[in-house]
Amino acid sequence: MSVTAADAPARARRTRSRRRLRAQATPYLFLAPVVLLFLTFKAYPTLYALYLSLTTRSGGQDVFVGADNFTRLLGDPLFWQALRNTVLILVTQVPVMLVIAVLLAVAFNSALLKGRAVLRVSYFLPIVMGLVAYGILFSALMNYQDGLINFVLDAVGLPKVPWLADPFWAKMAIVVAMTWHYTGNNAVIYLAQLQSIPTELYEAASVDGATARQRLWHITLPGLRPALFLTVVLSTIGTLQLFDEPYVLTNGGPDNATLTIGMYLYQNAFQFFDFGYASAIGYVLTAIVGVVALAQMLILRRRSR
Amino acid sequence: MTGTPTGPRGVLRTKSAFLTGFIALGAIIVLAPFFWLVVASTYPSSDIFVTPPHVVPGTHLLENLRSLFTSAQFGAAIRNSLVVSVVGTVLSMVVCSAAGYAFAKFTFKGSGLIFGVIIASLTLPSQVTLVPLFQMMVGFGWLNSYQALILPSLAYPFGIFLMRQTMQAVPDEMIQAARVDGAGELRIFTRIVLPTMRPALSALAIFTFLAQWNDFVYPLVVLRTQDSYTIPVALAALRGISSTDYGQLLSGTLVSVLPVLVLFLFLQRHFVSGLLAGSVKQ
Repeated sequence: MSVTAADAPARARRTRSRRRLRAQATPYLFLAPVVLLFLTFKAYPTLYALYLSLTTRSGGQDVFVGADNFTRLLGDPLFWQALRNTVLILVTQVPVMLVIAVLLAVAFNSALLKGRAVLRVSYFLPIVMGLVAYGILFSALMNYQDGLINFVLDAVGLPKVPWLADPFWAKMAIVVAMTWHYTGNNAVIYLAQLQSIPTELYEAASVDGATARQRLWHITLPGLRPALFLTVVLSTIGTLQLFDEPYVLTNGGPDNATLTIGMYLYQNAFQFFDFGYASAIGYVLTAIVGVVALAQMLILRRRSR
Repeated sequence: MTGTPTGPRGVLRTKSAFLTGFIALGAIIVLAPFFWLVVASTYPSSDIFVTPPHVVPGTHLLENLRSLFTSAQFGAAIRNSLVVSVVGTVLSMVVCSAAGYAFAKFTFKGSGLIFGVIIASLTLPSQVTLVPLFQMMVGFGWLNSYQALILPSLAYPFGIFLMRQTMQAVPDEMIQAARVDGAGELRIFTRIVLPTMRPALSALAIFTFLAQWNDFVYPLVVLRTQDSYTIPVALAALRGISSTDYGQLLSGTLVSVLPVLVLFLFLQRHFVSGLLAGSVKQ
């Protein structure tokens, strides 16, 4: 390599600027796969669904119909029933599950509990089971004539329950199955938060003569607030999108008693092939999830001040 | 340690026994469905629903499995699920950790916006993109394919978030020192940053594997032929048949749960730490 003296500074400048350019490009290169995937498989389909929600399929073509799909939704009794079913399952299941999870976490955090590790794993185990698998399992357990659950109810002198055949009990069947599946998961989140509450607080309260209930109310629950906030929002968002459990457990029945918004969307899209209407349902669902999540954040934030 | 439970220590012992007994009873109720599943899979369909229920396993498990594998092409379903879950998990770890590295260790234009949009997408119901994704896969000619299942799930917002959080803990000095020594960016990432992230990567691996293994609605939509089914789709299809063969169905359910159950029991620690990294830490 023959380099003349005059070339050297220019060359050095060039290398330096090239190196700076490369340094600036680095984060974008690391980010490129995610951004590409996100744009292709999330952003684009989301916008495309918005377009679809304003169209209807006619003569093999998407025809723009404005807000027609949305006005049709307003007058669709099945949509309102799906919404009612979803909300009913939501307001029953989420509070029951979270109260049990708090009590479990408090128990797991207590020095009085023996065999903690094994017990904690037992409660946590259901979460690894897929939604289809546990749906199938529960449909067998809830068999009216010979299911295990009715056998136990019968054995302790309670009446058998028509879990999957009665409109009310079918909803409760979903509530029971979901509670079995998700409670331990939430308890573990609470337990971690509980362990971050300083024990001095409890000691000081005991010295001051606080009862167990007072300690739960004034130390444990306020300390749990961040985890409570998170789990309430996540469980609500998840339950509003409920699909797998009613699909496998009850197939929306009996008599549409367990039809959820997610299921109704699926039916319209892939049984009736009404993609425009299904997309409109999707956007109404998005709006509901957004409003509910925002409202919860505002309410829970304010209360924690 | 003997004597009647009187005095403060006796009271504590009674309380402890009561609490432990109560929580253990709950645990038995939670575990009972698993136990019933194992026992029920070992009986022929005609003998599963009996009163009182079986408590001792029968001898019909192999027959159930044989009919499951011949009539439902369950072997193909297991292979499909394994390919999609393993390949999806590995690729997702690569893609998410690279993005997490960019977000955690570089300042660049648009960083906050891109991260914000990705995290905000978490509240978007997944059903919204179901129809467009189906149409895209039809357009690409990707129905029934592995890539149709794997690609859309790779940019996993929770994974990106988890990776960013944990990478922030890697000391900047370490990265600077490597740069001064002349190491390239890719080398720094793979040789210095990634090895320190093993626990978080394990947690991410478990979560993505589980999500892929158990995913249902989207595979249900883009898998149209029986030989392309994943396990959950195959199970749901078995159930759809008018006269359900519960021997087949329950042994298939058992097969679908066993691998993740074993994985979970071995990697429990990582599982819980991943769950918490994504939730409680702020």
